[in-house]
Amino acid sequence: MEILVCVKRVPDTAENEIEVNRDGSDIERDDLVYSVNEWDNYAVEEAILIRDKVGGSVTVITVGDDESEEVLRREMAMGADNGLLLCDDAFEGSDGKGVASLLKAAVDKGKYDLILTGAQADGGAAQVGGMLAAMLDYPYASLVNKIEVDGDTLKVGREIEGGNQEMNAIQLPCVLSIQTGINEPRYVGIRGIRKVASVEIPQQGAADLGVDAASVGADGARVKRLDYFVPEMGEGAEMLEGSTEEIVAKLIELLKAKGGLK
Amino acid sequence: MADIYAYITHTAGVADDSALELVAAAKKIDANAAVTAIVIGSGADVDKVADAVAASYAKVLKFNLDALAYPNAEVVRKLLVNVLSADAIVLVSNDTFGMDLGPGLSIKLDSTFVADVVGIEGVDGTALKVIRQEYSGMVSTHVTADITNGAVINLRPGAFAPDESQSAGGSVEDRSGDAGDLTVKRTFLEVVEAEVGDVDITKSDVLVSVGRGIEDEENIEVAQELADAMGAVVSCSRPIVDAKWLEKSRQVGTSGQTVKPKVYLACGISGSFQHMGGIKGAPFIVAINKNVKAPIFQVADVGIEADILDFLPELTDAIKES
Ligand SMILES: Cc1cc2nc3c(=O)[nH]c(=O)nc-3n(C[C@H](O)[C@H](O)[C@H](O)COP(=O)(O)OP(=O)(O)OC[C@H]3O[C@@H](n4cnc5c(N)ncnc54)[C@H](O)[C@@H]3O)c2cc1C
Ligand SMILES: Nc1ncnc2c1ncn2[C@@H]1O[C@H](COP(=O)(O)O)[C@@H](O)[C@H]1O
Repeated sequence: MEILVCVKRVPDTAENEIEVNRDGSDIERDDLVYSVNEWDNYAVEEAILIRDKVGGSVTVITVGDDESEEVLRREMAMGADNGLLLCDDAFEGSDGKGVASLLKAAVDKGKYDLILTGAQADGGAAQVGGMLAAMLDYPYASLVNKIEVDGDTLKVGREIEGGNQEMNAIQLPCVLSIQTGINEPRYVGIRGIRKVASVEIPQQGAADLGVDAASVGADGARVKRLDYFVPEMGEGAEMLEGSTEEIVAKLIELLKAKGGLK
Repeated sequence: MADIYAYITHTAGVADDSALELVAAAKKIDANAAVTAIVIGSGADVDKVADAVAASYAKVLKFNLDALAYPNAEVVRKLLVNVLSADAIVLVSNDTFGMDLGPGLSIKLDSTFVADVVGIEGVDGTALKVIRQEYSGMVSTHVTADITNGAVINLRPGAFAPDESQSAGGSVEDRSGDAGDLTVKRTFLEVVEAEVGDVDITKSDVLVSVGRGIEDEENIEVAQELADAMGAVVSCSRPIVDAKWLEKSRQVGTSGQTVKPKVYLACGISGSFQHMGGIKGAPFIVAINKNVKAPIFQVADVGIEADILDFLPELTDAIKES
């Protein structure tokens, strides 16, 4: 099975405090630690597991800048066979539809049976997979937490409310968005990274993909972010201050009053 | 202004809470909008839902067909493309069904998709201005969407307060005959219910809940000791279950359990909306987090800026002594 996995390089929210910059035009980018989007890592692991079982190859693809190459390399160290970087100044500022249309152009130039995305990325949009599927006219299932290969159909489980699982049969080729917890992504050590350090990763721009530069990027975007801000939300929590002992004493008092302690 | 439609999610003959939230959101797009509800499914349940939502919508389009026995998003998308006008504004709840439906629907309608909206500021010409969140709620953004060719807008559950006073007294139109070709390449098989664990967190009045801030599997013990001292039960956020450190039945949130404790201690949990969505009944929430900017401090009653690995053992010792 030829599998394409869409991945994105994002600020690692577990490693960073995300703050708005001074004029609200962006988040504070200095000293940010980046990594591969959490959901995408599960998608790549799943692709590798499927390939190891039924044969074929795994290609990881991203729309990003030069620095995004590092996440492709990381996922190749995990076990993906090929990487593909879609990179062009014209792509900057693309909205979700722009990103999906670039991925579609790349899919049209290849031959893939299965396309995986993460359920969502840093913008919390959860949109690219569903858009890509609709553009390709492939069936789609989101929030997938189980995949069984059965000839040219897949049996997939979608995680729905309450942790219940909605089982579906879906025909290949298809697009699936992957939910965390579907597997346990393997650890990538320094040695793994070193092994792929000198592999050449092909890049494609607007001309290679045959997309009209005006239809993507900031010019083509129908959805535009105006600013970043931190909302004033009610009063917020009453912060307990003082020495640890004082805070502990105060908290115990509150817990007793609220029924948290007998 | 283009027509505004709301997709009604329902189970067992009862419309989801979002039915009222979507109509409230529609009024923020256009205060005078005559909003149309779309109710899809099969059997008597669908008639029941359609009649019920007619109280809050100007019009209800009902599609009652055997082929719609389980609302698979692929089928629903096809149906909506067959029946909606090209510049329709479609409101969908951003639940697991809406996430399945919305993005692809916008492509098929050649309209604009606006994801997980938490606030609507209004429309200026053809630009809809909304509020979204990024980076798990750590920052918010104002976003404009060009709705010239219509839009599919996914609205965060719980973000729009329903206006229960409005009674529209709308009419129900059975449009089943217009559904058109509904063949798709994905078929629903069954729903597998979540496994029941050995501890039922939904029954506990006091929860000590751990998140990614617990850092390591061995450290769960620190929370367990506190819970034992308090007579509480340990619950957790999703990453703890993904890492297989605790079983799924301990997970609080939209894709886990819905809990209604009296007291909720959130330890090293950032406060994502999917997590908070599982906490009902307005408990007393104590948040312990080493990042003062964590969104959990916006919704907690009491906050403590501390490293949980230091603070929880101190608290446990003090409780044991008292
Ligand atoms: C469809 C869908 C459904 C979902 N359903 C759920 C659900 O049901 N339940 C759920 O929980 N999530 C759910 N999620 C995931 C959710 O979006 C968040 O990713 C998740 O809730 C984050 O968990 P967290 O707060 O533990 O981790 P993080 O967001 O990583 O937060 C960790 C926090 O710990 C703090 N911290 C770190 N170290 C320490 C320390 N030593 N001491 C004190 N504080 C520390 C950090 O400052 C941070 O605030 C869902 C996501 C999707 C897409
Ligand atoms: N720039 C990108 N390049 C490649 N894939 C992406 C990109 N942005 C989003 N995706 C894919 O789409 C998924 C959902 O992201 P989003 O729709 O942005 O929340 C991600 O998990 C990725 O798999």
